[in-house]
Amino acid sequence: MKLEQMYQEIILDHYRNPHRQGLREPFDAESYQINPTCGDEVTLRVALEGDRVTDVSYDAIGCSISQAATSVLTDLVVGRTVAESTSTMDAFVTMVQSRGQAEPDEDVLEDAVAFAGVSQYPSRVKCALLGWMAFKDAVGRADAARSDNGAQRAEA
Amino acid sequence: MTGQLTADQLTAGELEKIRADFPILSRTVRDSRPLVYLDSGATSQRPRQVLDAERSFLEQHNAAVHRGAHQLAEEATDAYESARARIAAFVGVQPDEVVFTKNATEGINLVAYALSNSTGAGGAAQRFVLAPGDEIVVTEMEHHANLVPWQELCRRTGATLRWYQVTDGGRLDLDSLELSERTKVVAFTHQSNVMGTVPPVAELVRRAREVGALTVLDACQSVPHTPVDFAALDVDFGVFSGHKMLGPSGVGVLYGRRELLEALPPFLTGGSMIEIVKMEGSTYAPPPQRFEAGVPMTSQAVGLGAAVDYLAAVGMDRVAAHEHALTEQALTGLSEIDGVRIIGPTDAEDRGGAVSFMVADVHAHDTGQVLDDLGIAVRASHHCAWPLHRRFGIAASVRASFAVYNTPAEVDALLAGVHEVRRFFRVPA
Repeated sequence: MKLEQMYQEIILDHYRNPHRQGLREPFDAESYQINPTCGDEVTLRVALEGDRVTDVSYDAIGCSISQAATSVLTDLVVGRTVAESTSTMDAFVTMVQSRGQAEPDEDVLEDAVAFAGVSQYPSRVKCALLGWMAFKDAVGRADAARSDNGAQRAEA
Repeated sequence: MTGQLTADQLTAGELEKIRADFPILSRTVRDSRPLVYLDSGATSQRPRQVLDAERSFLEQHNAAVHRGAHQLAEEATDAYESARARIAAFVGVQPDEVVFTKNATEGINLVAYALSNSTGAGGAAQRFVLAPGDEIVVTEMEHHANLVPWQELCRRTGATLRWYQVTDGGRLDLDSLELSERTKVVAFTHQSNVMGTVPPVAELVRRAREVGALTVLDACQSVPHTPVDFAALDVDFGVFSGHKMLGPSGVGVLYGRRELLEALPPFLTGGSMIEIVKMEGSTYAPPPQRFEAGVPMTSQAVGLGAAVDYLAAVGMDRVAAHEHALTEQALTGLSEIDGVRIIGPTDAEDRGGAVSFMVADVHAHDTGQVLDDLGIAVRASHHCAWPLHRRFGIAASVRASFAVYNTPAEVDALLAGVHEVRRFFRVPA
Protein backbone atom coordinates (compact mmCIF):
# COMPACT_ATOMS: atom_id res chain seq x y z
CA MET A 1 0.00 0.00 0.00
CA LYS A 2 1.29 3.45 -0.97
CA LEU A 3 -0.01 4.97 2.24
CA GLU A 4 2.67 3.32 4.38
CA GLN A 5 5.26 4.45 1.83
CA MET A 6 4.25 8.03 2.47
CA TYR A 7 3.70 7.85 6.21
CA GLN A 8 7.01 6.23 7.06
CA GLU A 9 7.77 5.68 10.74
CA ILE A 10 10.48 8.36 10.58
CA ILE A 11 7.88 10.88 9.45
CA LEU A 12 5.39 9.92 12.15
CA ASP A 13 8.19 10.04 14.76
CA HIS A 14 9.14 13.57 13.75
CA TYR A 15 5.45 14.53 13.74
CA ARG A 16 4.93 13.26 17.28
CA ASN A 17 8.27 14.53 18.60
CA PRO A 18 9.32 17.46 16.49
CA HIS A 19 12.93 18.66 16.72
CA ARG A 20 13.80 22.29 17.55
CA GLN A 21 10.17 23.37 17.83
CA GLY A 22 9.32 26.80 19.21
CA LEU A 23 10.49 30.29 18.33
CA ARG A 24 13.84 31.35 19.79
CA GLU A 25 16.12 34.37 20.10
CA PRO A 26 18.50 35.45 18.75
CA PHE A 27 17.71 35.20 15.08
CA ASP A 28 18.69 37.03 11.92
CA ALA A 29 15.52 36.72 9.90
CA GLU A 30 12.01 35.35 10.13
CA SER A 31 9.61 34.14 7.47
CA TYR A 32 5.89 33.44 7.63
CA GLN A 33 4.52 31.07 4.99
CA ILE A 34 1.02 29.82 4.46
CA ASN A 35 -0.58 27.17 2.28
CA PRO A 36 -3.74 28.92 1.05
CA THR A 37 -5.44 25.67 0.03
CA CYS A 38 -5.48 24.18 3.53
CA GLY A 39 -4.63 27.09 5.83
CA ASP A 40 -1.47 25.45 7.19
CA GLU A 41 1.11 27.94 8.36
CA VAL A 42 4.65 28.22 9.63
CA THR A 43 6.68 31.01 11.18
CA LEU A 44 10.36 30.13 10.93
CA ARG A 45 13.48 31.90 12.16
CA VAL A 46 17.09 31.41 11.14
CA ALA A 47 20.17 32.43 13.08
CA LEU A 48 23.44 32.64 11.17
CA GLU A 49 27.06 33.08 12.17
CA GLY A 50 28.94 34.09 9.08
CA ASP A 51 27.94 31.53 6.50
CA ARG A 52 26.84 28.93 9.01
CA VAL A 53 23.30 28.18 10.14
CA THR A 54 23.42 28.10 13.94
CA ASP A 55 19.72 27.73 14.71
CA VAL A 56 16.36 27.22 13.05
CA SER A 57 13.31 27.64 15.25
CA TYR A 58 9.67 27.57 14.23
CA ASP A 59 6.04 27.64 15.19
CA ALA A 60 3.77 25.72 12.83
CA ILE A 61 0.22 24.54 12.36
CA GLY A 62 -0.09 21.76 9.88
CA CYS A 63 -0.46 18.15 8.88
CA SER A 64 1.98 15.40 9.74
CA ILE A 65 3.83 15.83 6.46
CA SER A 66 4.42 19.56 6.84
CA GLN A 67 5.30 19.32 10.54
CA ALA A 68 7.68 16.41 10.08
CA ALA A 69 9.33 17.98 7.03
CA THR A 70 10.06 21.15 9.01
CA SER A 71 11.46 19.11 11.90
CA VAL A 72 13.74 17.12 9.55
CA LEU A 73 14.78 20.35 7.85
CA THR A 74 16.28 21.65 11.08
CA ASP A 75 18.37 18.48 11.43
CA LEU A 76 19.67 18.92 7.90
CA VAL A 77 20.67 22.58 8.02
CA VAL A 78 21.68 23.48 11.57
CA GLY A 79 25.49 23.42 11.76
CA ARG A 80 25.87 23.51 7.98
CA THR A 81 26.75 26.40 5.71
CA VAL A 82 24.09 28.24 3.79
CA ALA A 83 25.50 26.83 0.54
CA GLU A 84 25.29 23.24 1.84
CA SER A 85 21.77 23.86 3.11
CA THR A 86 20.70 25.25 -0.24
CA SER A 87 21.98 22.24 -2.12
CA THR A 88 20.22 19.92 0.36
CA MET A 89 17.02 21.90 -0.19
CA ASP A 90 17.40 21.56 -3.97
CA ALA A 91 17.80 17.79 -3.60
CA PHE A 92 14.72 17.65 -1.38
CA VAL A 93 12.61 19.73 -3.76
CA THR A 94 13.69 17.57 -6.72
CA MET A 95 12.80 14.41 -4.81
CA VAL A 96 9.32 15.45 -3.67
CA GLN A 97 8.42 16.82 -7.10
CA SER A 98 9.58 13.68 -8.92
CA ARG A 99 6.22 11.84 -9.04
CA GLY A 100 7.95 8.80 -7.61
CA GLN A 101 10.79 8.83 -10.16
CA ALA A 102 13.67 10.21 -8.06
CA GLU A 103 16.40 8.07 -6.50
CA PRO A 104 17.30 10.24 -3.56
CA ASP A 105 20.86 10.32 -2.18
CA GLU A 106 20.70 9.26 1.46
CA ASP A 107 24.11 10.82 2.13
CA VAL A 108 22.67 14.22 1.26
CA LEU A 109 19.11 13.90 2.51
CA GLU A 110 19.53 11.57 5.52
CA ASP A 111 16.14 11.18 7.30
CA ALA A 112 14.54 13.30 4.60
CA VAL A 113 14.65 10.38 2.13
CA ALA A 114 11.58 9.20 4.01
CA PHE A 115 9.65 11.89 2.14
CA ALA A 116 10.21 10.20 -1.23
CA GLY A 117 6.74 8.63 -0.93
CA VAL A 118 5.15 12.08 -0.79
CA SER A 119 6.12 12.57 -4.44
CA GLN A 120 3.41 10.06 -5.39
CA TYR A 121 0.75 12.37 -3.95
CA PRO A 122 0.96 15.66 -5.90
CA SER A 123 -1.50 17.41 -3.59
CA ARG A 124 0.79 16.82 -0.61
CA VAL A 125 4.00 18.16 -2.16
CA LYS A 126 3.20 21.69 -0.97
CA CYS A 127 2.87 20.34 2.58
CA ALA A 128 6.38 18.90 2.46
CA LEU A 129 7.79 22.14 1.07
CA LEU A 130 6.09 24.66 3.39
CA GLY A 131 8.93 24.74 5.94
CA TRP A 132 11.60 24.72 3.24
CA MET A 133 9.98 27.70 1.52
CA ALA A 134 10.09 29.54 4.86
CA PHE A 135 13.76 28.58 5.30
CA LYS A 136 14.65 29.79 1.81
CA ASP A 137 12.81 33.06 2.35
CA ALA A 138 14.35 33.64 5.80
CA VAL A 139 17.89 33.03 4.52
CA GLY A 140 17.18 35.44 1.65
CA ARG A 141 15.97 38.06 4.13
CA ALA A 142 19.02 37.56 6.36
CA ASP A 143 21.26 38.03 3.31
CA ALA A 144 19.39 41.15 2.25
CA ALA A 145 19.58 42.59 5.79
CA ARG A 146 23.31 41.88 5.88
CA SER A 147 23.98 43.60 2.55
CA ASP A 148 21.87 46.58 3.69
CA ASN A 149 23.91 46.84 6.88
CA GLY A 150 27.08 46.45 4.85
CA ALA A 151 25.99 49.20 2.50
CA GLN A 152 25.13 51.49 5.44
CA ARG A 153 28.48 50.84 7.05
CA ALA A 154 30.23 51.56 3.76
CA GLU A 155 28.32 54.86 3.50
CA ALA A 156 29.11 55.77 7.11
CA MET B 1 -36.58 22.68 4.80
CA THR B 2 -37.89 20.21 7.31
CA GLY B 3 -41.34 20.33 5.71
CA GLN B 4 -40.24 18.32 2.72
CA LEU B 5 -38.85 15.42 4.70
CA THR B 6 -42.08 13.50 4.79
CA ALA B 7 -41.49 12.35 1.20
CA ASP B 8 -40.95 8.65 0.57
CA GLN B 9 -37.38 7.46 0.88
CA LEU B 10 -35.74 6.23 -2.30
CA THR B 11 -35.98 2.45 -2.41
CA ALA B 12 -32.82 0.39 -2.77
CA GLY B 13 -33.91 -0.43 -6.31
CA GLU B 14 -34.41 3.23 -7.21
CA LEU B 15 -31.06 4.15 -5.73
CA GLU B 16 -29.36 1.40 -7.69
CA LYS B 17 -30.99 2.66 -10.88
CA ILE B 18 -29.86 6.21 -10.14
CA ARG B 19 -26.30 5.05 -9.51
CA ALA B 20 -26.28 3.21 -12.82
CA ASP B 21 -26.82 6.57 -14.54
CA PHE B 22 -23.47 7.82 -13.22
CA PRO B 23 -20.67 5.96 -15.02
CA ILE B 24 -17.92 7.36 -12.78
CA LEU B 25 -19.46 5.81 -9.66
CA SER B 26 -18.56 2.32 -10.85
CA ARG B 27 -14.85 2.99 -11.22
CA THR B 28 -12.19 2.00 -8.74
CA VAL B 29 -9.42 4.12 -7.26
CA ARG B 30 -6.17 3.52 -5.33
CA ASP B 31 -5.42 -0.18 -5.78
CA SER B 32 -8.84 -1.33 -6.97
CA ARG B 33 -10.94 0.17 -4.19
CA PRO B 34 -14.53 0.95 -5.22
CA LEU B 35 -14.96 4.72 -5.33
CA VAL B 36 -16.95 6.18 -2.43
CA TYR B 37 -17.59 9.70 -3.63
CA LEU B 38 -18.43 11.98 -0.69
CA ASP B 39 -17.27 15.27 -2.18
CA SER B 40 -20.37 16.44 -4.02
CA GLY B 41 -20.28 19.69 -2.05
CA ALA B 42 -17.17 20.55 -4.07
CA THR B 43 -18.47 19.19 -7.34
CA SER B 44 -21.09 16.59 -8.12
CA GLN B 45 -20.88 13.80 -10.67
CA ARG B 46 -22.93 13.89 -13.86
CA PRO B 47 -25.43 11.34 -15.13
CA ARG B 48 -25.41 10.01 -18.69
CA GLN B 49 -28.52 12.08 -19.39
CA VAL B 50 -26.50 15.27 -18.88
CA LEU B 51 -23.51 14.00 -20.87
CA ASP B 52 -25.84 12.83 -23.67
CA ALA B 53 -27.65 16.16 -23.79
CA GLU B 54 -24.37 18.03 -24.20
CA ARG B 55 -23.08 15.65 -26.82
CA SER B 56 -26.30 15.58 -28.79
CA PHE B 57 -26.46 19.38 -28.78
CA LEU B 58 -22.90 19.61 -30.08
CA GLU B 59 -23.41 16.90 -32.68
CA GLN B 60 -26.72 18.23 -33.99
CA HIS B 61 -27.41 21.86 -33.12
CA ASN B 62 -24.21 23.72 -32.23
CA ALA B 63 -24.10 27.40 -33.21
CA ALA B 64 -23.62 30.79 -31.58
CA VAL B 65 -26.88 31.65 -29.83
CA HIS B 66 -28.82 34.88 -30.34
CA ARG B 67 -26.95 35.57 -33.57
CA GLY B 68 -27.52 34.59 -37.16
CA ALA B 69 -30.66 33.43 -38.86
CA HIS B 70 -29.57 30.05 -40.15
CA GLN B 71 -31.26 26.89 -38.98
CA LEU B 72 -28.55 25.80 -36.57
CA ALA B 73 -28.51 29.25 -34.96
CA GLU B 74 -32.24 29.01 -34.43
CA GLU B 75 -32.04 25.50 -33.00
CA ALA B 76 -29.14 26.42 -30.69
CA THR B 77 -30.98 29.50 -29.45
CA ASP B 78 -34.11 27.43 -28.82
CA ALA B 79 -32.11 24.84 -26.87
CA TYR B 80 -30.42 27.56 -24.81
CA GLU B 81 -33.67 29.38 -24.05
CA SER B 82 -35.51 26.16 -23.34
CA ALA B 83 -32.84 25.31 -20.76
CA ARG B 84 -33.29 28.75 -19.21
CA ALA B 85 -37.05 28.27 -18.98
CA ARG B 86 -36.78 24.83 -17.34
CA ILE B 87 -34.12 26.01 -14.90
CA ALA B 88 -36.25 29.06 -14.01
CA ALA B 89 -39.27 26.85 -13.35
CA PHE B 90 -37.10 24.55 -11.23
CA VAL B 91 -36.40 27.41 -8.81
CA GLY B 92 -39.84 29.02 -9.02
CA VAL B 93 -39.06 32.12 -11.10
CA GLN B 94 -39.62 33.54 -14.60
CA PRO B 95 -37.18 32.87 -17.47
CA ASP B 96 -36.29 36.55 -17.90
CA GLU B 97 -35.21 36.63 -14.25
CA VAL B 98 -32.54 33.98 -14.89
CA VAL B 99 -29.08 35.09 -16.04
CA PHE B 100 -26.55 32.48 -17.11
CA THR B 101 -23.14 33.07 -15.57
CA LYS B 102 -19.91 31.08 -15.47
CA ASN B 103 -20.70 29.91 -11.93
CA ALA B 104 -22.20 31.16 -8.68
CA THR B 105 -19.04 33.14 -7.91
CA GLU B 106 -19.53 35.12 -11.09
CA GLY B 107 -23.20 35.63 -10.22
CA ILE B 108 -22.30 37.25 -6.89
CA ASN B 109 -19.59 39.35 -8.53
CA LEU B 110 -22.11 40.41 -11.15
CA VAL B 111 -24.42 41.80 -8.47
CA ALA B 112 -21.56 43.44 -6.55
CA TYR B 113 -20.09 45.09 -9.65
CA ALA B 114 -23.48 46.12 -11.03
CA LEU B 115 -24.11 47.85 -7.69
CA SER B 116 -20.86 49.81 -7.80
CA ASN B 117 -21.32 50.49 -11.53
CA SER B 118 -24.50 52.32 -10.49
CA THR B 119 -22.33 55.22 -9.35
CA GLY B 120 -22.45 57.69 -12.24
CA ALA B 121 -24.85 55.55 -14.29
CA GLY B 122 -27.78 57.84 -13.53
CA GLY B 123 -31.42 56.99 -14.16
CA ALA B 124 -32.99 54.01 -12.44
CA ALA B 125 -29.60 52.84 -11.15
CA GLN B 126 -29.41 55.83 -8.79
CA ARG B 127 -31.19 53.83 -6.07
CA PHE B 128 -28.28 51.35 -5.91
CA VAL B 129 -25.48 53.86 -5.35
CA LEU B 130 -23.41 53.02 -2.28
CA ALA B 131 -21.53 55.59 -0.23
CA PRO B 132 -19.27 55.69 2.84
CA GLY B 133 -21.39 54.92 5.89
CA ASP B 134 -23.57 52.44 4.03
CA GLU B 135 -23.36 48.85 5.21
CA ILE B 136 -23.12 45.49 3.52
CA VAL B 137 -24.04 42.59 5.80
CA VAL B 138 -22.88 38.98 5.42
CA THR B 139 -22.44 36.09 7.85
CA GLU B 140 -19.42 34.44 9.40
CA MET B 141 -20.34 31.13 7.74
CA GLU B 142 -20.05 32.34 4.14
CA HIS B 143 -18.03 30.69 1.44
CA HIS B 144 -15.30 33.07 0.22
CA ALA B 145 -17.43 33.56 -2.91
CA ASN B 146 -20.09 35.31 -0.80
CA LEU B 147 -17.57 37.27 1.25
CA VAL B 148 -14.66 38.53 -0.83
CA PRO B 149 -16.82 40.18 -3.56
CA TRP B 150 -18.55 42.17 -0.78
CA GLN B 151 -15.22 43.12 0.81
CA GLU B 152 -14.19 44.38 -2.61
CA LEU B 153 -17.47 46.23 -3.09
CA CYS B 154 -16.88 47.96 0.25
CA ARG B 155 -13.36 48.88 -0.83
CA ARG B 156 -14.64 50.41 -4.09
CA THR B 157 -17.48 52.37 -2.52
CA GLY B 158 -16.36 53.16 1.03
CA ALA B 159 -19.23 51.10 2.47
CA THR B 160 -18.63 49.07 5.64
CA LEU B 161 -18.81 45.29 5.86
CA ARG B 162 -20.57 43.83 8.92
CA TRP B 163 -21.52 40.27 9.71
CA TYR B 164 -23.74 38.00 11.76
CA GLN B 165 -21.68 35.70 13.96
CA VAL B 166 -21.95 31.93 14.32
CA THR B 167 -22.76 30.19 17.61
CA ASP B 168 -20.60 27.42 19.08
CA GLY B 169 -23.23 24.99 17.83
CA GLY B 170 -22.83 26.21 14.27
CA ARG B 171 -26.08 28.17 13.99
CA LEU B 172 -26.42 31.79 12.93
CA ASP B 173 -26.49 34.14 15.92
CA LEU B 174 -29.32 36.50 15.02
CA ASP B 175 -28.63 38.59 18.14
CA SER B 176 -25.07 39.35 17.06
CA LEU B 177 -26.03 42.17 14.71
CA GLU B 178 -28.69 44.84 14.31
CA LEU B 179 -29.35 46.05 10.81
CA SER B 180 -29.70 49.79 10.34
CA GLU B 181 -31.17 52.25 7.86
CA ARG B 182 -27.71 52.28 6.28
CA THR B 183 -27.78 48.52 5.55
CA LYS B 184 -28.07 48.24 1.78
CA VAL B 185 -27.33 44.57 1.13
CA VAL B 186 -27.74 41.42 3.23
CA ALA B 187 -25.98 38.47 1.59
CA PHE B 188 -26.12 35.01 3.13
CA THR B 189 -25.92 31.34 2.38
CA HIS B 190 -28.96 29.09 2.08
CA GLN B 191 -26.89 26.24 3.49
CA SER B 192 -23.38 26.38 4.92
CA ASN B 193 -21.00 24.49 2.66
CA VAL B 194 -19.04 23.43 5.75
CA MET B 195 -21.61 22.76 8.49
CA GLY B 196 -24.75 22.17 6.47
CA THR B 197 -26.50 24.81 8.61
CA VAL B 198 -29.64 26.25 7.05
CA PRO B 199 -30.10 29.76 8.45
CA PRO B 200 -33.58 31.19 9.04
CA VAL B 201 -34.05 32.68 5.57
CA ALA B 202 -37.53 34.10 6.22
CA GLU B 203 -36.36 35.98 9.31
CA LEU B 204 -33.25 37.32 7.56
CA VAL B 205 -35.36 38.47 4.61
CA ARG B 206 -37.88 40.09 6.97
CA ARG B 207 -35.14 42.03 8.76
CA ALA B 208 -33.53 43.12 5.49
CA ARG B 209 -36.81 44.27 4.04
CA GLU B 210 -37.62 46.22 7.18
CA VAL B 211 -34.61 48.47 6.53
CA GLY B 212 -34.96 48.44 2.75
CA ALA B 213 -31.86 46.32 2.10
CA LEU B 214 -31.44 44.00 -0.89
CA THR B 215 -31.09 40.29 -0.13
CA VAL B 216 -28.64 37.98 -1.94
CA LEU B 217 -28.95 34.24 -1.33
CA ASP B 218 -26.05 31.88 -2.05
CA ALA B 219 -28.04 28.77 -2.96
CA CYS B 220 -25.11 26.68 -4.23
CA GLN B 221 -25.55 24.09 -1.50
CA SER B 222 -29.34 24.08 -1.38
CA VAL B 223 -30.59 23.97 -4.98
CA PRO B 224 -28.93 20.57 -5.68
CA HIS B 225 -30.32 19.00 -2.52
CA THR B 226 -33.73 20.33 -1.62
CA PRO B 227 -36.71 22.07 -3.24
CA VAL B 228 -35.89 25.77 -3.61
CA ASP B 229 -38.33 28.45 -4.71
CA PHE B 230 -36.68 31.87 -4.89
CA ALA B 231 -40.02 33.61 -5.36
CA ALA B 232 -41.47 32.00 -2.23
CA LEU B 233 -38.29 32.75 -0.27
CA ASP B 234 -38.81 36.35 -1.40
CA VAL B 235 -35.10 37.04 -1.90
CA ASP B 236 -33.98 39.70 -4.37
CA PHE B 237 -31.08 37.73 -5.85
CA GLY B 238 -30.04 34.09 -5.73
CA VAL B 239 -27.11 32.21 -7.22
CA PHE B 240 -26.15 28.60 -7.81
CA SER B 241 -23.63 26.59 -9.85
CA GLY B 242 -24.32 23.93 -12.46
CA HIS B 243 -21.50 21.60 -11.50
CA LYS B 244 -22.75 21.13 -7.94
CA MET B 245 -26.19 19.93 -9.16
CA LEU B 246 -25.30 17.08 -11.53
CA GLY B 247 -24.69 19.58 -14.35
CA PRO B 248 -21.64 20.82 -16.24
CA SER B 249 -18.98 23.16 -14.92
CA GLY B 250 -18.70 26.55 -16.60
CA VAL B 251 -22.36 27.42 -16.13
CA GLY B 252 -24.14 28.96 -13.18
CA VAL B 253 -27.27 30.94 -12.57
CA LEU B 254 -28.07 34.34 -11.15
CA TYR B 255 -31.69 34.91 -10.29
CA GLY B 256 -32.70 38.53 -9.95
CA ARG B 257 -36.11 40.01 -9.23
CA ARG B 258 -37.27 41.44 -12.57
CA GLU B 259 -37.59 45.10 -11.53
CA LEU B 260 -34.11 45.00 -9.99
CA LEU B 261 -32.46 43.47 -13.05
CA GLU B 262 -34.23 46.09 -15.17
CA ALA B 263 -32.79 48.92 -13.08
CA LEU B 264 -29.24 47.59 -12.67
CA PRO B 265 -26.41 48.65 -14.99
CA PRO B 266 -24.36 45.89 -16.65
CA PHE B 267 -21.29 44.15 -15.19
CA LEU B 268 -19.53 42.77 -18.28
CA THR B 269 -20.07 44.66 -21.52
CA GLY B 270 -19.58 43.82 -25.19
CA GLY B 271 -21.49 41.82 -27.76
CA SER B 272 -24.99 40.43 -27.20
CA MET B 273 -25.84 42.72 -24.31
CA ILE B 274 -26.40 45.89 -26.35
CA GLU B 275 -29.43 47.67 -27.73
CA ILE B 276 -27.86 50.40 -29.91
CA VAL B 277 -24.12 50.94 -30.34
CA LYS B 278 -22.64 54.15 -31.71
CA MET B 279 -19.08 55.41 -31.55
CA GLU B 280 -20.18 58.00 -29.00
CA GLY B 281 -21.87 55.51 -26.66
CA SER B 282 -24.27 52.62 -26.35
CA THR B 283 -27.51 51.55 -24.76
CA TYR B 284 -28.17 48.12 -23.36
CA ALA B 285 -30.58 45.27 -23.93
CA PRO B 286 -33.21 44.39 -21.33
CA PRO B 287 -32.39 41.60 -18.88
CA PRO B 288 -31.38 38.85 -18.95
CA GLN B 289 -29.40 39.64 -22.16
CA ARG B 290 -27.97 42.80 -20.58
CA PHE B 291 -25.99 40.56 -18.24
CA GLU B 292 -24.84 37.98 -20.79
CA ALA B 293 -22.07 39.72 -22.74
CA GLY B 294 -20.29 37.75 -25.44
CA VAL B 295 -21.21 34.38 -26.93
CA PRO B 296 -22.42 32.45 -23.87
CA MET B 297 -21.68 28.89 -22.83
CA THR B 298 -24.26 26.84 -24.67
CA SER B 299 -23.75 23.08 -24.39
CA GLN B 300 -23.20 23.70 -20.66
CA ALA B 301 -26.53 25.51 -20.33
CA VAL B 302 -28.21 22.69 -22.26
CA GLY B 303 -26.50 20.18 -19.94
CA LEU B 304 -27.74 22.08 -16.90
CA GLY B 305 -31.25 21.95 -18.36
CA ALA B 306 -30.88 18.17 -18.53
CA ALA B 307 -29.60 18.07 -14.94
CA VAL B 308 -32.66 19.97 -13.77
CA ASP B 309 -34.90 17.54 -15.70
CA TYR B 310 -33.09 14.65 -14.02
CA LEU B 311 -33.50 16.05 -10.50
CA ALA B 312 -37.12 17.01 -11.14
CA ALA B 313 -37.87 13.48 -12.36
CA VAL B 314 -36.50 12.02 -9.11
CA GLY B 315 -38.37 14.72 -7.18
CA MET B 316 -36.51 17.24 -5.05
CA ASP B 317 -38.57 16.37 -1.98
CA ARG B 318 -37.36 12.78 -2.32
CA VAL B 319 -33.78 13.91 -2.92
CA ALA B 320 -34.02 15.94 0.29
CA ALA B 321 -35.51 13.05 2.27
CA HIS B 322 -32.80 10.69 1.03
CA GLU B 323 -29.94 13.04 1.87
CA HIS B 324 -31.52 13.85 5.23
CA ALA B 325 -31.40 10.15 6.14
CA LEU B 326 -27.75 9.90 5.06
CA THR B 327 -26.91 13.01 7.08
CA GLU B 328 -28.58 11.62 10.21
CA GLN B 329 -26.73 8.33 9.76
CA ALA B 330 -23.40 10.13 9.40
CA LEU B 331 -24.00 12.47 12.36
CA THR B 332 -25.06 9.63 14.63
CA GLY B 333 -22.18 7.40 13.54
CA LEU B 334 -19.52 10.08 13.85
CA SER B 335 -20.81 11.16 17.27
CA GLU B 336 -20.28 7.62 18.52
CA ILE B 337 -16.58 7.60 17.60
CA ASP B 338 -14.25 8.78 20.38
CA GLY B 339 -12.28 11.89 19.58
CA VAL B 340 -14.42 12.97 16.65
CA ARG B 341 -15.63 16.57 16.78
CA ILE B 342 -18.37 17.62 14.41
CA ILE B 343 -18.05 21.21 13.19
CA GLY B 344 -21.59 22.55 13.13
CA PRO B 345 -24.99 21.24 14.20
CA THR B 346 -24.94 17.68 15.48
CA ASP B 347 -28.65 17.20 14.81
CA ALA B 348 -30.04 16.94 11.30
CA GLU B 349 -32.80 19.56 11.65
CA ASP B 350 -32.50 22.66 9.46
CA ARG B 351 -29.35 21.14 8.18
CA GLY B 352 -28.17 19.76 4.86
CA GLY B 353 -25.76 17.03 3.94
CA ALA B 354 -22.38 18.66 4.46
CA VAL B 355 -20.79 17.02 7.48
CA SER B 356 -17.45 18.44 8.58
CA PHE B 357 -15.43 16.99 11.40
CA MET B 358 -12.05 16.68 13.06
CA VAL B 359 -10.40 13.56 14.42
CA ALA B 360 -8.52 14.38 17.65
CA ASP B 361 -4.74 14.49 17.19
CA VAL B 362 -4.97 13.92 13.45
CA HIS B 363 -4.77 16.79 10.99
CA ALA B 364 -7.59 17.01 8.43
CA HIS B 365 -5.16 16.41 5.56
CA ASP B 366 -3.93 13.22 7.17
CA THR B 367 -7.47 12.01 7.81
CA GLY B 368 -8.37 12.74 4.20
CA GLN B 369 -5.30 10.85 3.01
CA VAL B 370 -6.16 7.66 4.90
CA LEU B 371 -9.77 7.85 3.68
CA ASP B 372 -8.51 8.36 0.13
CA ASP B 373 -6.42 5.24 0.48
CA LEU B 374 -9.65 3.39 1.24
CA GLY B 375 -11.25 4.81 -1.89
CA ILE B 376 -13.28 7.43 0.02
CA ALA B 377 -13.17 10.88 -1.56
CA VAL B 378 -13.75 13.66 0.98
CA ARG B 379 -12.51 17.22 1.15
CA ALA B 380 -9.79 18.18 3.64
CA SER B 381 -9.28 21.92 3.80
CA HIS B 382 -10.96 25.09 5.00
CA HIS B 383 -13.50 24.53 2.19
CA CYS B 384 -13.18 28.16 1.09
CA ALA B 385 -14.66 29.22 4.44
CA TRP B 386 -11.50 30.28 6.25
CA PRO B 387 -13.08 32.80 8.64
CA LEU B 388 -15.54 30.12 9.80
CA HIS B 389 -12.68 27.71 10.53
CA ARG B 390 -10.80 30.45 12.35
CA ARG B 391 -13.94 31.07 14.43
CA PHE B 392 -13.79 27.42 15.55
CA GLY B 393 -10.04 27.66 16.18
CA ILE B 394 -9.03 25.24 13.47
CA ALA B 395 -7.07 25.56 10.23
CA ALA B 396 -8.91 22.88 8.31
CA SER B 397 -11.53 20.17 8.65
CA VAL B 398 -12.62 17.02 6.86
CA ARG B 399 -15.90 17.27 4.99
CA ALA B 400 -18.11 14.49 3.73
CA SER B 401 -20.91 15.80 1.53
CA PHE B 402 -23.76 13.84 0.03
CA ALA B 403 -25.80 13.83 -3.14
CA VAL B 404 -28.78 11.91 -4.46
CA TYR B 405 -26.57 9.00 -5.59
CA ASN B 406 -24.94 8.24 -2.23
CA THR B 407 -25.93 5.17 -0.24
CA PRO B 408 -26.17 4.19 3.43
CA ALA B 409 -23.38 1.67 2.73
CA GLU B 410 -21.14 4.54 1.71
CA VAL B 411 -21.83 6.32 4.99
CA ASP B 412 -20.86 3.07 6.76
CA ALA B 413 -17.65 3.01 4.70
CA LEU B 414 -16.89 6.56 5.90
CA LEU B 415 -17.45 5.60 9.54
CA ALA B 416 -15.24 2.51 9.19
CA GLY B 417 -12.67 4.73 7.49
CA VAL B 418 -12.60 7.12 10.44
CA HIS B 419 -11.89 4.16 12.74
CA GLU B 420 -9.04 3.22 10.42
CA VAL B 421 -7.69 6.79 10.61
CA ARG B 422 -7.52 6.47 14.40
CA ARG B 423 -5.83 3.08 14.16
CA PHE B 424 -3.32 4.25 11.55
CA PHE B 425 -2.24 7.29 13.53
CA ARG B 426 -2.46 5.32 16.79
CA VAL B 427 -4.86 7.71 18.45
CA PRO B 428 -5.24 6.35 22.00
CA ALA B 429 -8.73 4.99 22.62
